[in-house]
Amino acid sequence: MEKFDKLTGVAAPMPLVNIDTDMIIPKQFLKTIKRTGLGVNLFDEMRYDRKGNEIETFVLNKPAYRNAEIIVAGDNFGCGSSREHAPWALLDFGVRCVISTSFADIFYNNCFKNGILPIVVTPEEHAKLMDDAERGSNAVLTVDLESQTITGPDGGEVSFEVDAFKKHCLLNGLDDIGLTMTNAASSIDTFEAKASVERPWV
Amino acid sequence: MSASRTLYDKIWDDHVAHEAEDGTCHLYIDRHLVHEVTSPQAFEGLRMTGRTVRAPHKTIAVPDHNVPTTLGRENPDQMPEDSRIQVEALDKNAKEFGIHYYPVSDVRQGIVHIVGPEQGWTLPGMTVVCGDSHTATHGAFGALAHGIGTSEVEHVLATQTLIQKKSKNMKVEITGKLRPGVTAKDITLSVIGRTGTAGGTGYVIEYCGEAIRDLSMEGRMTVCNMAIEGGARAGLIAPDEKTFDYVKGRPHAPKDAQWEAALTYWKTLFSDEDAHWDKVVTIRGEDIAPVVTWGTSPEDVLPITDVVPAPDSFEGGKVGAAERSIDYMGLTPGQKLTDIEIDTVFIGSCTNGRIEDLRAAAAVVKGKKIGVKRAMVVPGSGLVRAQAEEEGLADIFKEAGFEWRMAGCSMCLAMNPDQLAEEERCASTSNRNFEGRQGYRGRTHLMSPAMAAAAAIAGKLTDVREMM
Repeated sequence: MEKFDKLTGVAAPMPLVNIDTDMIIPKQFLKTIKRTGLGVNLFDEMRYDRKGNEIETFVLNKPAYRNAEIIVAGDNFGCGSSREHAPWALLDFGVRCVISTSFADIFYNNCFKNGILPIVVTPEEHAKLMDDAERGSNAVLTVDLESQTITGPDGGEVSFEVDAFKKHCLLNGLDDIGLTMTNAASSIDTFEAKASVERPWV
Repeated sequence: MSASRTLYDKIWDDHVAHEAEDGTCHLYIDRHLVHEVTSPQAFEGLRMTGRTVRAPHKTIAVPDHNVPTTLGRENPDQMPEDSRIQVEALDKNAKEFGIHYYPVSDVRQGIVHIVGPEQGWTLPGMTVVCGDSHTATHGAFGALAHGIGTSEVEHVLATQTLIQKKSKNMKVEITGKLRPGVTAKDITLSVIGRTGTAGGTGYVIEYCGEAIRDLSMEGRMTVCNMAIEGGARAGLIAPDEKTFDYVKGRPHAPKDAQWEAALTYWKTLFSDEDAHWDKVVTIRGEDIAPVVTWGTSPEDVLPITDVVPAPDSFEGGKVGAAERSIDYMGLTPGQKLTDIEIDTVFIGSCTNGRIEDLRAAAAVVKGKKIGVKRAMVVPGSGLVRAQAEEEGLADIFKEAGFEWRMAGCSMCLAMNPDQLAEEERCASTSNRNFEGRQGYRGRTHLMSPAMAAAAAIAGKLTDVREMM
């Protein structure tokens, strides 16, 4: 996993609430057996018409936002299915950070496994960041994971919370499985042996 | 640890294999269910790192999302190439890693969340995960069950654990009795209508109360299935005699002395009287009506007797979302829900593809003809299909003009050829009404099997109570 420490990039505004994983990556693109190549179909049904032409009014089709690396999204972003294809598509497009007032649980966890930082902010901070994101080519935010801050184009700063373990993994690009094998393997062996005696029917 | 615990607390405590100083836990996983869409990259990851499946005997795979539901589907030519590659990848991975497998040709094949309970893989007090958000279904047995992403699928395959932090406890109590015509689906939709799709975020929900206790296991699975649509990590119902009766004798349920030992343990699985709840929602069973969704979020729920709402009756970001939904759905504020004409009816899915669902729909359909362009019943598993045929339900559906399909996820998410055309309007017993969910620009109204059956007959959204 690519590590995430500091990111300065264009932030695209997507104020719609409840943007679900079917919107992020529709099901016809889940028939892949790879993790890559989904970026071209990110937000497919909002981004292209039936003939495959770009819909000009969609934010990521606008010149200022075509290379957005951050999305400032409406409440409850990523609700719906568990498909990790959603963060894979964001990452493949080049988005490394999503900012919202809330995220769906599974999507939120999936982001961290892929080097994407989802940030929860208050409604007031969200309104300010959405305003920043609406400034077209000036919509540049700097996200610093180490100091847990977002800096806007006018220098205003917003701080955010992130779980210490998730932060550590993201900052260092650590693979969960490797960590578990190193740190928890003997505990799992012990647990399994004990559980097989206590609940042998499992 | 406090003396009084919720059901969630108890299952959690019994599965923590490792706890770090910051409270991050490795939760041991008792059952890992696998399907073809969210697993290929995980198996590939194992292969690339030379890892194996730690507990293959606790890992169960079945293809369901992509599979055609037409007869003769064992013929691979029936599947588009990309679907066939995914299903073949699961065939290969199941064999190579030595996990339990129900291929398309097996009568026990079906939707993973129907197969698990049916085969006795899902038992009270277990932890169950699957790369699918509707894993919440298994919570009906008092099992802690939730969806995970593909990276987590790989983590569970390799280590049989999941890295987790504990969620908060939420109690959803449905008191009293349900009125006639009101079902488990109406309960679960009404709860989401009340709490919103993010109302459960950060929580595990335990459903309780007389109306929940009165439900069959099938109904309880319907309720827990949609905990995820309410944003919760999982939904739970404490096991009771109905649970034990359902489980007993299933192929993978414990037997003899182990059954007795299991039963003793299972009877400890309930929330203590004075356990702490972080959030409580109470709804009177009598207040729940047959409901449908009008918009493109599962929280857009109203009684069938109501009208399409005006966007400005909402607040904040929901105003714009409602405007967009109503436009997408081709509706007009103030329009009576019972005036909405339906093109297609879909009865099936992990929410409502069990035998009781088919019985409820057949009871409405019996002796009548459909008044829609297309209506299909897709049983949740091959065994549900066989039982429905034995009970004569299949004939009732066929005589009414329904298509009688093979088992799979089908039009719930339309990854196989079962899809809506643009602007085609569907009365569906599935769980999501998102834009494009059942086909590009298709329009979905969610409801119970009885309500979907009523819509199939009337050709429009209908109050099933008028047909009873």
